[in-house]
Amino acid sequence: MIRVVLPTNLRKLANVDREVEIQVDDPPTLETVLDALEGRYPMLRGTIRDQVTKQRRPFIRFFACGEDLSLEPTDSPLPPEVVTGAKPLLVVGAMAGG
Amino acid sequence: MSGVRVLVGTRKGAFILTSDGKREQWDISGPHFAGWEIYHLKGSPADPDRLYASQTSGWFGQVIQLSNDGGKTWVAGGNKFVYDGVPGTHQWYDGTQHPWEFKRVWYLEPSLTDPDTVYAGGEDAGLFRSNDGAQTWQELPGLRDVKGNLWQPGAGGMCLHTILQDPGNPKRLFVAISAAGAFRSDDGGQTWRAATRGLKSNGELPDPDADVGHCVHSIAMHGSRPDVLFMQKHWDVMRSDDAGESWYEISGNLPSDFGFPIAVHAHEPDTVYVVPIKSDSEHYPPDGKLRVYRSRTGGNEWEALTKGLPQSNCYVNVLRSAMAVDSLDDCGVYFGTTGGQVYASANSGDSWTPIVRDLPAVLSVEVQALP
Repeated sequence: MIRVVLPTNLRKLANVDREVEIQVDDPPTLETVLDALEGRYPMLRGTIRDQVTKQRRPFIRFFACGEDLSLEPTDSPLPPEVVTGAKPLLVVGAMAGG
Repeated sequence: MSGVRVLVGTRKGAFILTSDGKREQWDISGPHFAGWEIYHLKGSPADPDRLYASQTSGWFGQVIQLSNDGGKTWVAGGNKFVYDGVPGTHQWYDGTQHPWEFKRVWYLEPSLTDPDTVYAGGEDAGLFRSNDGAQTWQELPGLRDVKGNLWQPGAGGMCLHTILQDPGNPKRLFVAISAAGAFRSDDGGQTWRAATRGLKSNGELPDPDADVGHCVHSIAMHGSRPDVLFMQKHWDVMRSDDAGESWYEISGNLPSDFGFPIAVHAHEPDTVYVVPIKSDSEHYPPDGKLRVYRSRTGGNEWEALTKGLPQSNCYVNVLRSAMAVDSLDDCGVYFGTTGGQVYASANSGDSWTPIVRDLPAVLSVEVQALP
């Protein structure tokens, strides 16, 4: 199971708690985790990445194990701690600044 | 009528206000979709408990919500808005051509007859329609054939913010787009033409009489007389008596003819409401006095409606979709401000009361008369 932490607005939209667990059959990458997340929670389609291009939305970030994975290729393997469920994958709304 | 339901979209959620026919005591629910921008929510004329809402965010994009119980519960609909075919380009700020990119839905217009049919006005400007209760959306791309390559976003974005249906002719639609103009279709949205003859944009366009490029802020009609349209343009209040074939100015004695919303009384087709704003750079009422202006002559002769409205040190704005009327007798008039107040009049505008204060900035106000 992959643990995914969602930002508050998306938790409310999907009606879930802070963290959800996602079963990923394919090798866990950002792309396969997001595919599985959107499959289980269809209302999240388009809110994290574009529905057509699959590009990350500009103000979404992916953090895990203290690292920013946002600019990594989406087919890169996720860190082993995320794959084992020891650490969560964080979907984060970027700081607004100001 | 048993009462009214006022649907308020704000920068940080939606609020639903309900009252009986007296419109004196109000129950408020919300925020719905807390933290999200709610550009617009509107009920189906064919089924008042069917509501549609445009929920959007700079972070998380566009979500469409629908309710089948008057806003008590909501479910997310489809949010895949894709421009038809190869979407092409429009003019960009630097004079180059820029691809059409979907950003958000500004306006939702449910069909007059079918609760499952709804139109959505998008930014970048495009018109979409769903025939399955907002599950899937298809663009009506003919609109962008009207010199879409020449449209250029203004500072507020290139948004399709007004959609009007002709109650007597289901094939006729009107839309308005910021910094592009007004457009009419007579075949259910397949083909379009500019409806801008008579508009003048001196100072904003190199050719003030151009057929596209005018910054139309809002259009309103009375259902009993759909060939008569009233427009609040960037500057100028305008009227058409021939379904948008031509326009003439009716600003008359307004203290400023800049503004955003315009509305028509539910029972008096020649009674029109606007909220004058000082200028395009000073988006607040002239002299710090919040005044709705009413014309009972179809324009040109306007009276200030001030009773109950702040008449000093008021510097809020009233945005284009933030004024509406109910169909009760006497007609109720409602508007919301960027300061978070929603004012209501249960007597056609003669006097006003804030029915809620201190909301986030109000983006839209719609009202339903409930059976």
